[in-house]
Amino acid sequence: MDLELSDEQRLLADSLKAFVDSELMPFEAVTDRAGEVSPELGRQIVDKALALGFYAANLPESVGGGGLDNASLAIMERELGKVTHALHGYVWRPTELLLACEGDQIERYLTPCIRGEKTECFAVTEPGAGSDILSMSTRATQKGGDWIVNGSKHFISSHVLPDFAIVFAVTGEDETDRGPRKRITAFLVDRGQQGFDIQRGPRSVSQRAYPTYVLSFNDCRLGAGQVLGCEGQGLELADKWIKMGRVWVGANCCGRAERLLELSVDWAATRKQFGQSIGRFQGTSFKLADMVTELQAADLLVMHAARKADAGTMVPADAAMAKLYASEMLQRVADNAVQIFGGMGLMEEMPIERLWRDSRLDRIWEGTSEIQRHIISRHVLRQRDG
Amino acid sequence: MSFGQSIIFNEIQGVSHQMKILVPIKRVIDANIKVRVKSDQSGVELNNVKMAMNPFCEIAVEAALRLREAGEAEEVIVVCAGPANGKETLRTALAMGADRAIHIESEDSPEPLAVAKLLKAVVEREKPGLVILGKQAIDGDNNQTGQMLSALLNWSLGTFISRLSVEDGAFHVTREVDGGLENLKLSGPAVVTVDLRLNEPRYASLPNIMKAKKKPMEELTAAALDVDITPRLTVLKVEAPASRSAGVRVHDAAELVDKLKNEAKVI
Ligand SMILES: Cc1cc2nc3c(=O)[nH]c(=O)nc-3n(C[C@H](O)[C@H](O)[C@H](O)COP(=O)(O)OP(=O)(O)OC[C@H]3O[C@@H](n4cnc5c(N)ncnc54)[C@H](O)[C@@H]3O)c2cc1C
Ligand SMILES: Cc1cc2nc3c(=O)[nH]c(=O)nc-3n(C[C@H](O)[C@H](O)[C@H](O)COP(=O)(O)OP(=O)(O)OC[C@H]3O[C@@H](n4cnc5c(N)ncnc54)[C@H](O)[C@@H]3O)c2cc1C
Repeated sequence: MDLELSDEQRLLADSLKAFVDSELMPFEAVTDRAGEVSPELGRQIVDKALALGFYAANLPESVGGGGLDNASLAIMERELGKVTHALHGYVWRPTELLLACEGDQIERYLTPCIRGEKTECFAVTEPGAGSDILSMSTRATQKGGDWIVNGSKHFISSHVLPDFAIVFAVTGEDETDRGPRKRITAFLVDRGQQGFDIQRGPRSVSQRAYPTYVLSFNDCRLGAGQVLGCEGQGLELADKWIKMGRVWVGANCCGRAERLLELSVDWAATRKQFGQSIGRFQGTSFKLADMVTELQAADLLVMHAARKADAGTMVPADAAMAKLYASEMLQRVADNAVQIFGGMGLMEEMPIERLWRDSRLDRIWEGTSEIQRHIISRHVLRQRDG
Repeated sequence: MSFGQSIIFNEIQGVSHQMKILVPIKRVIDANIKVRVKSDQSGVELNNVKMAMNPFCEIAVEAALRLREAGEAEEVIVVCAGPANGKETLRTALAMGADRAIHIESEDSPEPLAVAKLLKAVVEREKPGLVILGKQAIDGDNNQTGQMLSALLNWSLGTFISRLSVEDGAFHVTREVDGGLENLKLSGPAVVTVDLRLNEPRYASLPNIMKAKKKPMEELTAAALDVDITPRLTVLKVEAPASRSAGVRVHDAAELVDKLKNEAKVI
C-alpha cells in the first residue's frame, strides 16, 4: 500500500513485517488449533520484542516506552494485525491509561508493564453492561479509608493471565441537567488480592487462542492508593487515554485484509478451472478489484485519523469511521477470499477460514459497528441540532 | 601474540581492532516479487515494483555488525552504487546498525567491473581492513564483483563463505565449494563474499530505526572518484524464459531409451 510513509515508518514497517513473518506467523495455525500459546513461546516473543524495542513502543520515551507517534503506531498495528491477537499480544502495547499512574503506582504498575514484567487487563464490560457502559453495576463503596468492591466483569481479554486489572466501578451518582449520572472510578486490582477471582471465560470462535476472562469481586478491599486517576473520573480518564484504540483496531483490520488479498491474488492467478486461471473470470477478478479498492480506502481513513491525532485535531468520529469502515471492509474481504478459494477456503489446511473467523470480532469489540454509527451520526447531526 | 608484535602487525597489515569494515550493498527487486520483462524487451520492469536489499548483502551487513559487536572492528561503512533510491536501501543498513553510508549515484546500476572499480576507489579513501560482499545479487546473479575487487586490490579473497572469524590476526573462513567445505586462513586486508548459511540477518530495532536518519550519508559520484563506469556490455534483448510444455509419459524403460536415442539424440 502506498501510505506516503516517512523513512522511519518504512523501516519500521519492513522490520515488523520480517519479525511477524518469521517469529509469529509460523506459530499461528498451531496456536489456533491448540487454543493457547505455550508459556515458552510467549516468553520468547516478549524477550525478542523487548530487545528490539517493539515492546511498549506506544508509550512515551520519558517513561521507558518507544515513543512512537500515532501515524507510526498505526503502521505498527497494521503489521501486527496480520497475525492473530493471541500471538501479537506478546509484542505488548500496554494501555496508555497506565500513564495516569502516580506516586508509587508508577513503580508498581507502569514501569513493570513497560519492562515486560507485568501485564494488565482493562475491565469495563459486564454481563449486564456491554455497549451501555453506564449501566454497569460493579460498585465500590468507601469504608474507612478503603474501598470495598463487589460485582463482576466478563469478556476481559488479555494474551496472558493478567497480573492486575484496571477495573471500572460505580462510586456514586452526580446530578446533571440531563438527570442523574453514575460516577465511575478506575481501580488497580492485583491478582491474588483477597476477594478478587479471575477465571478463564468461554472460548470464542473468533481469535480462538486469545483468552477472555471473567473477573469476580466479592467484598474485595482496596486501599485508597489503588485508585487510578481521581475518584469519579474513570470515564474521562478512559476517554483521554484510549481514544486511539478504535484506530488501532482499524489498522489491525487493514493488515489482515492485505494478507487475505495477497493470498487471494496468488490463488486466483494459479488455480485453474475451465482451462484457465480463475482470476481470468470476471466473477473472480472484480472481487479482487473491490477488495483492493476498499482496503485502500480503509487504510486512508486509518492514516487520516492517526495523522489528525498527531496534529491534535482528531475527533471521536474520525476514529469511529476508521474502525467502522475498516472492520466491515475486512469482513467483506474475508468473505470474498473464502469465495475465491472455493471449498479450500473453508478447510483448516489454509489460513483463510481462520482469518475469516478472526475478522468477525472486529465489528464487535472496541464498540460495535452500531455504536460507531451512533457516534458518527451524532457528529453530523449535532451540526444541525446543536 | 605479545603487545609489541601486535603493534607491528597492525602497522604492516592484517587485522586491527581499529579496523573498518566496508560492506557494499545492492538494491534489487524484492525476492518475493515475480519479475516481469518490459514490453520493449530492454530490461525488467522496475517501476512500481517493491525493491529491497539484496538478501546476500543483508547477510554481509549482519556479518560486519557481529564482528564490530565482538570488538574485532570499530566501524561498519555501507556503500551502494546506483540510482538515487539506493539511499533507501542504505538507510535500511543503517537501521540494522551500520555506522555510516556512502552513496555513489549513477543513472543506472553499474556493471560488476564498474562497481568493483568504484569500490576500489572507496577502499583507497577509507582504508578498511575487510570488505564483505554478498556472493551475488539476485537480479543479475553475476557473482563477479567481489572477485573483481580482490583482483583490482590484490587482496586475499574468500568466496561463498559460511563461517567467518578473526583469530590471531587473520580471517578464518569456511567456503562452500562444490566438493564440500573448504577452510582458509586469509591474511588481511581481505575481500570475502558471503553465502546463505553464514548467519541470519537481524531485524532493525526501533531505537536503531530512529537513529538511522541521523547517521552520516556521504554522496559521491563516479566522476569524483575518477572512475569510468561507461557500460562495456550492450543488452540486446531481455526475454522471459520460455514456458515449458508438459513432459510426456513413457510406459517403460525401453521406450525411454528409445526416445533418448532416436528423438532427443542424447545417447
Ligand atoms: C474477544 C473479546 C474481547 C473483549 N475484550 C474486552 C476487554 O478487554 N475489556 C472490556 O472491557 N471489554 C472487552 N470486550 C467486550 C466488548 O467491548 C463488548 O463485547 C462490546 O462492547 C459489545 O458489548 P456486548 O457484547 O455486551 O453486546 P451488546 O452491547 O449487548 O450489544 C448487542 C447488540 O446490540 C446492539 N446495540 C446495543 N446498543 C445499541 C444502540 N444504542 N444502538 C444500536 N444498537 C445497539 C449492538 O450493536 C449489538 O449488535 C471483549 C469482547 C470480546 C468478544
Ligand atoms: C464441505 C464440502 C463438502 C463437499 N461435498 C462434496 C461431495 O460430496 N461430492 C463432490 O463431488 N463434491 C463435494 N464438494 C465440492 C464442491 O462441490 C466444490 O467445492 C465446489 O464445486 C467448488 O469447487 P472448488 O472448491 O474446487 O472451487 P473452484 O472451482 O476452484 O472455484 C474457485 C473460485 O473460482 C470461481 N470460478 C470457477 N470457475 C469460474 C467461472 N467459469 N467463472 C467465474 N468464476 C469461476 C468459483 O466461483 C470460486 O469463487 C464439497 C465441498 C465442500 C467444501
